[in-house]
Amino acid sequence: MKHGLRHFLSRFVMVRSGLLAVLALVAAFGLSAPKAGFAAEPLRWAADASADVPYTFHDLKDQSRLTGYEYELMQELGRHMGRDLAFVQNDWDGLIPGLQRGLYAMVICGIEITPEHAEGIDFSTPYYVTSERIVVRRNGPQFSRLEDLDGHVVGTIKATQAERILAGHPKVHVRTYDEETNVFMDLVNGRTEAILIDGPIAQYYGATNPALQITGEPIGRVAYGIAFAKGQNAALREQVNTALAAMLKDGSLHTILARWNLWTPEMAQFAQDFSTPDIAPTEWQSYVAAQQGGAGWTERLRRYVGFLPLLAKGAVLTLAVSLCAMVLAVALGLSLALLRLYGAPWMASLAGLYVEIVRGTPLLIQILFIFYGLPQFGINLGPFLAGVMGLGLNYAAYEAENYRAGLQSVARGQMEAALALNMTHIQALRFVVVPQAFRLVMPVMTNDFISLLKDSSLVSVITLTELTQTYIRLSSTYFDYFGTGLMVGGAYLLLGLPFVRLARMAEKKLAQPHTRHR
Amino acid sequence: MHKSFGEGAILSGVSLEVRKGELISVIGPSGCGKSTFLRCLNFLEIPDSGTVTAMGVTIERQGGPWRRADEHMAHKLRTHVGMVFQSFNLFPHLTVLDNVLLAPRVVKGEGGVEERDEAMALLEKVGLGKVAQRYPLSLSGGQQQRAAIARALAMRPEIMLYDEPTSALDPLVAEEVLGVMRTLDNEGMTQIVVTHDMRFAQVASDIIVYMDGGHIIEAGPPETLCVNPVDERTRRFLRTVL
Repeated sequence: MKHGLRHFLSRFVMVRSGLLAVLALVAAFGLSAPKAGFAAEPLRWAADASADVPYTFHDLKDQSRLTGYEYELMQELGRHMGRDLAFVQNDWDGLIPGLQRGLYAMVICGIEITPEHAEGIDFSTPYYVTSERIVVRRNGPQFSRLEDLDGHVVGTIKATQAERILAGHPKVHVRTYDEETNVFMDLVNGRTEAILIDGPIAQYYGATNPALQITGEPIGRVAYGIAFAKGQNAALREQVNTALAAMLKDGSLHTILARWNLWTPEMAQFAQDFSTPDIAPTEWQSYVAAQQGGAGWTERLRRYVGFLPLLAKGAVLTLAVSLCAMVLAVALGLSLALLRLYGAPWMASLAGLYVEIVRGTPLLIQILFIFYGLPQFGINLGPFLAGVMGLGLNYAAYEAENYRAGLQSVARGQMEAALALNMTHIQALRFVVVPQAFRLVMPVMTNDFISLLKDSSLVSVITLTELTQTYIRLSSTYFDYFGTGLMVGGAYLLLGLPFVRLARMAEKKLAQPHTRHR
Repeated sequence: MHKSFGEGAILSGVSLEVRKGELISVIGPSGCGKSTFLRCLNFLEIPDSGTVTAMGVTIERQGGPWRRADEHMAHKLRTHVGMVFQSFNLFPHLTVLDNVLLAPRVVKGEGGVEERDEAMALLEKVGLGKVAQRYPLSLSGGQQQRAAIARALAMRPEIMLYDEPTSALDPLVAEEVLGVMRTLDNEGMTQIVVTHDMRFAQVASDIIVYMDGGHIIEAGPPETLCVNPVDERTRRFLRTVL
């Protein structure tokens, strides 16, 4: 008895033990979810280290090490406060929602102190003051004043001081971006003619690029503050302010900024510190060296090899999220399909409603809603669990429709024959109808899993550093979208291939009974 | 027994008594309600009103919804009643042997060597011992229908219902199936056969029942009903098929 009942039963057992494994995985990942607010635990702070030179970013020479002037500032701050600090990576768009969710107590990520920002969050006193700068191509049109930009295409980061300044010049064609790297890529590629951007970014992305240069005088004044959840943590904010003041006074902040070559006249004015200590800009120099050192092929190859552990880590997370989500999608999808076909009318319409709502709204919104929205109702899921839930609940709707079609295409006579043999409805479904439907839906399920594997990139918005997030981070740190892109694309392909092969084998094996000896 | 679909009445008061061991053939023009009547006997179709009594189980319907308790009674009734369909309805994802074994395993929880031997014996009996490990779709129509009979017999029913068992088969192949039914008749099985095969009905039946327009017009042994029918409708029908 190669196929048949025993085969089918063993598949049931397999599915069940698979579920157990998933539960264990979920527990392992879910329980390690961040918990904020315990006094004994390190003080958690967050930044988007994916591409944030020179704020907080991954060391170009050693991707497993974090660096940046804000990162060093936080280490110093911890020493001054006498507390252990712990870094939490989060996507830029998720930084403030995560703060309000209590995933961490502070955010430091070059957030400008503006009245608009102050409406949503509380700020520390400024820890850094700088200005906006104009960056142009060396061989392109030259501008030195804001007024010169009229009629030209100018790039900047969205929702920043620079964007607001440009908005005051209606004749400027403003183009806004999410990522610093992209602002500069477009200037280099000639899609824009100038950039107006915060001083540190202009310096680290513009001045280091041989094709670009910073021109004109500093424009405006920009002050960065550490962000806290609105109306909470007043005591912590007070401690941070005290520590920041001490760091200004004892020169430790000056030292950090000088090593990053970021001490500005505005900063001197703010700190009332006009000294010029003899500190070499070592961090700046090493960044420039690393930037320019990566040109040769051997260098490049060595760098790519260095990416492999990071990519592997991202791939494991992508695979874990996708597999768990798929198991959830299959289980829930099958239940929904059975309810729609055989349940009581009210259950059938409830299942139908679920399918319509889930299919009619974007997956990204569903994931954000589960992670950032549900905590308001006391449902506080860890990022891994939230990612699995978001993807699984979404794909369940598609699976349900897939299974419904499959179940419906199993001939009516099959159910009748089973009932006439005195099976109950449930037994008939389980042993006769569902196994046949399974063969029919198998190919579509494989496709769905491959889609899910790719859609899992969306969980990067809830602090999970999976493959796509790894790609964004690596490519924008090294300005290398091509090489890293090929590597990450290859990784996705490699993840998906075994499942395609497996499905094809299963299809062949399952198809046998119908075609053999015909 | 009464049954209607929407406005149209399919069965308008059909009554039939079958004695143990009889082979009853139900004949009549298409759409006369004979298949519906058969399917109402094991409640694959739920009659609007009427009573079915068999092997000490009685199910009485007087309209109203079909409840869980009714389903429970139907379940009890079906332990005594097997059924064979025009389109065989074998389970294509299982081998012939597993088709026979599935219901005993699932319903009765019997899955041992004994049942397997018994299933093999049943397949031998219907002449399918050699193809037990094959899949239904690789068999001929006649083989499939005999497998379907073996599958029904595996539940050890006292009564067998056949819904046009040979209509999808050519006459030569049909003979294999009818042979199995005759063997069962000799062993004392009670059988009700809805059929268009008048030759079989004449030769094998104890009683032939003629239905028309949702009524049983007349019933009797073949030698009476076929030779000397009372009703004009029966006479007209027999003229066209004999």
